[in-house]
Amino acid sequence: MTWIGALSQLIQLAVAVLLAPLLLGWVNQCRAWLQNKRAPSLAQPYRMIRKLFLKEPVIAHNASPIFRLTPYIVFGAMALAAAIVPSLATDLPFATAADAIALVGIFALARIFIALAAMDIGTAFGSLGARREMLIGFLAEPALLMVFFTASLISQSTSLVTIVETLAHREFVIYPSLAFAGIAFTMVSLAENARVPVDNPATHLELTMIHEAMILEYSGRHLALIEWASSLKLFNYSCLGLALFFPWGIVEGAHDVVGLLWAIPVLVGKLALGGFLLALIETMSAKLRIFRAPEFLGTAFLLGVLGMLVHQLLGA
Amino acid sequence: MDLLGLGLEASVLTGACHLRRCRVDAEDLVTVALGVREEHGRLVALWGSDERDRENCFHLHLAFEDAQGLLVLDLPLAEEMPSYPDLSEIFPAATRMQRAAYDLFGFWAIGPDQRFWVRHAAWPDTEFPLRRDFDGSRQWPAEPEEYPFVRVAGEGVHEIPVGPVHAGIIEPGHFRFQVVGEKVLRLEQRLGYVHKGIEKRFEELPAHSAHRLAGRISGDTTVAWAWAWAMAYEQAAEIQPPVRALWLRGVLLELERVANHLGDLGYLGNDGGFAFGLAQFSRLKEVVLRANQAAFGHRLLMDRIIPGGVSTDLTPAARATLREFLPGLAAELGELRTIFDDHAGLQDRFMSTGRVTPELAASLGLSGLAGRASGQARDLRVDYPATPYDRVEVRRCGGVAGDVAARVALRFDEIFESLRLLHRFLGELPEGEWRTEAPPPPAGAHGFGWVEAWRGPVFLALEAGPDGGLRRVHAHDPSWENWPVLEHAVMGNIVPDFPLINKSFNLSYSGQDL
Repeated sequence: MTWIGALSQLIQLAVAVLLAPLLLGWVNQCRAWLQNKRAPSLAQPYRMIRKLFLKEPVIAHNASPIFRLTPYIVFGAMALAAAIVPSLATDLPFATAADAIALVGIFALARIFIALAAMDIGTAFGSLGARREMLIGFLAEPALLMVFFTASLISQSTSLVTIVETLAHREFVIYPSLAFAGIAFTMVSLAENARVPVDNPATHLELTMIHEAMILEYSGRHLALIEWASSLKLFNYSCLGLALFFPWGIVEGAHDVVGLLWAIPVLVGKLALGGFLLALIETMSAKLRIFRAPEFLGTAFLLGVLGMLVHQLLGA
Repeated sequence: MDLLGLGLEASVLTGACHLRRCRVDAEDLVTVALGVREEHGRLVALWGSDERDRENCFHLHLAFEDAQGLLVLDLPLAEEMPSYPDLSEIFPAATRMQRAAYDLFGFWAIGPDQRFWVRHAAWPDTEFPLRRDFDGSRQWPAEPEEYPFVRVAGEGVHEIPVGPVHAGIIEPGHFRFQVVGEKVLRLEQRLGYVHKGIEKRFEELPAHSAHRLAGRISGDTTVAWAWAWAMAYEQAAEIQPPVRALWLRGVLLELERVANHLGDLGYLGNDGGFAFGLAQFSRLKEVVLRANQAAFGHRLLMDRIIPGGVSTDLTPAARATLREFLPGLAAELGELRTIFDDHAGLQDRFMSTGRVTPELAASLGLSGLAGRASGQARDLRVDYPATPYDRVEVRRCGGVAGDVAARVALRFDEIFESLRLLHRFLGELPEGEWRTEAPPPPAGAHGFGWVEAWRGPVFLALEAGPDGGLRRVHAHDPSWENWPVLEHAVMGNIVPDFPLINKSFNLSYSGQDL
């Protein structure tokens, strides 16, 4: 571990944790513009998190320690994931500790705890949301793994760092296998981040919620952490997508600090474009009936498998 | 005239609201009800009145719609233990009205469902607020109440209670779902949370200013309620409003219909997760509300219709502006309709969701907009056109699919038809007076109002009291008969589709809780 490596790790983590709400603010802003509405400020998610931190949390009498611990576990898991995904540099001390499969595990850990916490209080909506979340999760995870396997087969490794380094050096040609995997990844990301068409982050209708139904009982700093973790999750998925499919601009090996500082604006530019595309997808789609979600995620899985087969059989 | 060959003598009330009225006994009531059912008629309203000071008895009143139009029956009930035969077997819509009649009057329908309906333990169960000896100013401490919901038992069946306080800004109502997984086995509603005592309040108001209260029975239907009030008042007072006023009332009612349908279409898109629809329709609705403000001085057109005419005339300039703005609205609406129709995701949510078949709609007495989407082709503007509707040949809109998609399509059709009507009304608006003197009706005079509001027909009955007061007023919103149909529409659907189905009916809480 070099000092630059440690520095890269620190900067990357700080950038992720600090910029994640900004990405959410940007997506919300684009959504509003696309609907011909006046947009809220970019800083709105920060204001909300600040407001929630200043408020006193209210906790149900029958809440167990799981309910209190979950916000910290979820936030911790998302911060850890932010440290693992190579978004600025590949010389990351943390990245060697966990590969792509472990990353899926970290996301699953957060999901399990948030679902447990939702059921902990015993309200109808919490259990409803937890049940739906597990349905989505159990369909999304295999599809996500398939995407990782395709990338791993190309680079002969499940380490994210190796994958990024390999993919960044290929000639600028379209790999059909990666194209399939890319579409599958986009679909999984929409589902995992509770976005339209699978879930609707803006709804106030309790009966239709998935993610929001699970966190209805949270307030104050707990809710702030969960909201922050949600934006971090979106940030992580976006960075993961960029690292796998558009890795150019990520600093490789033990580079100098200047390269690292250059990587930040490149990342911001790529995220801005990605965020706009997300808002565009959300504006153009209606929400799926919940029992269409298996079809949606089944398609993602199928595309993931197709990507892998194309690579194995055609070597493309 | 003879009624159904029973030898019952019916008197005829003329005016804008033409009806037959007849006094019956309990046996004849059932016979007449069965006869109305036979003719595919429906129960319009059921209410009571306290006549102990005049006749030493109570009266139960029922309004039916049969092949000839409106028929009102009066059934005297004994002072002690007032009871009458249960009509819910003949007209399922009667169930809740009968329960409310118990809560408010202590009239006992000899039938299966004896639970309270509008009483939420806010007054003792020995007190009946609409009896004349009840003091409305008295207060009681709130008591805890047990309401026996119907439960479904079985493996994997569980309950989801929703409301009365909701996450969005809507009126209060409680929905108890019995579900297995995501599938709804049964939905039961509990309403009455916004019971404000409107009917009791009428009795304390002077008749000449009570139109303001009538316009607030359900705020989104204020024009229709004000018109129904004016119609009833004018019938009781035997006043003929000027023709120009009637045409202006038509303009007001259609503007209200357009604004509400636009708002609903936006929310239907939004509940399908299509926020673009909400943004666009909200904008269009706002355009209409601002046009209302500019032309009539009130965004929601409250208190524009008053007994004797209208409270504001339409200036030639405002009339020209309104006329100019209609074609643009129609063009934009056409574009949005194409977007809705071509959007696969949205149509997938709308189609076959919350279906009410025409047979079910007929047997439950589904009325108004939701009824027309399920093959119940009733529209007061077509069936019993009062001025100005008798001059413009209103086209009947409707469908038979009975799903959310049908109710969405019907809203589009009705807006286009309303825009056409507005064009005619504004183009052919007669000149002249728009308001006439409206002295209070004489004591004991009866009046009725029946108007096709955007949600369905609203019905109002009033009896004037002495000294320019009101003795009894009853207001019936179509939500009364349509809420129970929603319970059926949801059955077999999945839980997350409920908000969409609910919005496609968009029923009033305030209008039925009163």
